[in-house]
Amino acid sequence: MSGPGTNWYLALAAFLFGLGALGVLIRRNPLIVLLSLELMLNGGNLALIAFSRHFANGAGQIFGLAVMAVAASEVCVGLGLVVAINRKKLPLDVDRLSELRG
Amino acid sequence: MSSLVLATSAGNVVVWIVWVVAGFSCLASGVAVISFSNPFYSALALIGNLVSLAVMYLLLSAEFVAAAQVLVYAGAVVVMFLFVIAYVGPQREEAWSGGPSWRTFGAVLAAGALLTEIVVAISLAAEGSLGHDYTVDSAFGTPSYIGQLFLTDHLLAFEITSIVLLLAAVGGVILGAHSRRVDSARKET
Repeated sequence: MSGPGTNWYLALAAFLFGLGALGVLIRRNPLIVLLSLELMLNGGNLALIAFSRHFANGAGQIFGLAVMAVAASEVCVGLGLVVAINRKKLPLDVDRLSELRG
Repeated sequence: MSSLVLATSAGNVVVWIVWVVAGFSCLASGVAVISFSNPFYSALALIGNLVSLAVMYLLLSAEFVAAAQVLVYAGAVVVMFLFVIAYVGPQREEAWSGGPSWRTFGAVLAAGALLTEIVVAISLAAEGSLGHDYTVDSAFGTPSYIGQLFLTDHLLAFEITSIVLLLAAVGGVILGAHSRRVDSARKET
């Protein structure tokens, strides 16, 4: 492989994952928490595809596509929750949404 | 011979430049996603992140995954985010206002600890084995290659993925419709 080696890709993936985790921890708006979750999933995906290329094994890319499908499902359910929260006139703030009761 | 070496190193330099630009824009747009106060701009910054990751996937000879990344994320997920952001209306929240300062400090500490843990775990597990990589032929990562893998070795994962997506769609509809039913029941009583 010309250009940077696998360890460079892994370092970038780790930074992306840490950035997403920081976003999940410091933000209170559930929409931005969901966007930060996307960042974390993308960091994991980058590591999977870097390993797939490293070992010349396509299973990592298949796993990456499955992660993409799971991310789409998670966004679907998460945004459904945001819409439901908004419709009940509750605040869009994960610190104040502390009750599971409907 | 020397011209061949020169051409190889020139290609190497180009790949490095593309990698550095894509990696920088990836991290910069990631920082932008978590630091904009308006979620609309955060969702737009996520598009930049996804496109620069697609460039990374192209460098890793994963053409189909790069195309799927742009189509699925930038084409579907971010558009859904923008619809919902438009639906819930304008809202502002300063990035570093998440409660008292000790909580923000704790969050930064936890994220830093997680990052350190990942880096240490990877570098310990991969010690020595990341030095050389396997060569791949030009068919690696093309749609036909991925399709063949999906319909032979990973058929079960493929089918389960479709069920997961269907369940998520049904769940999203139920979550959206449930509160409306509760509201109308509340009005009747």
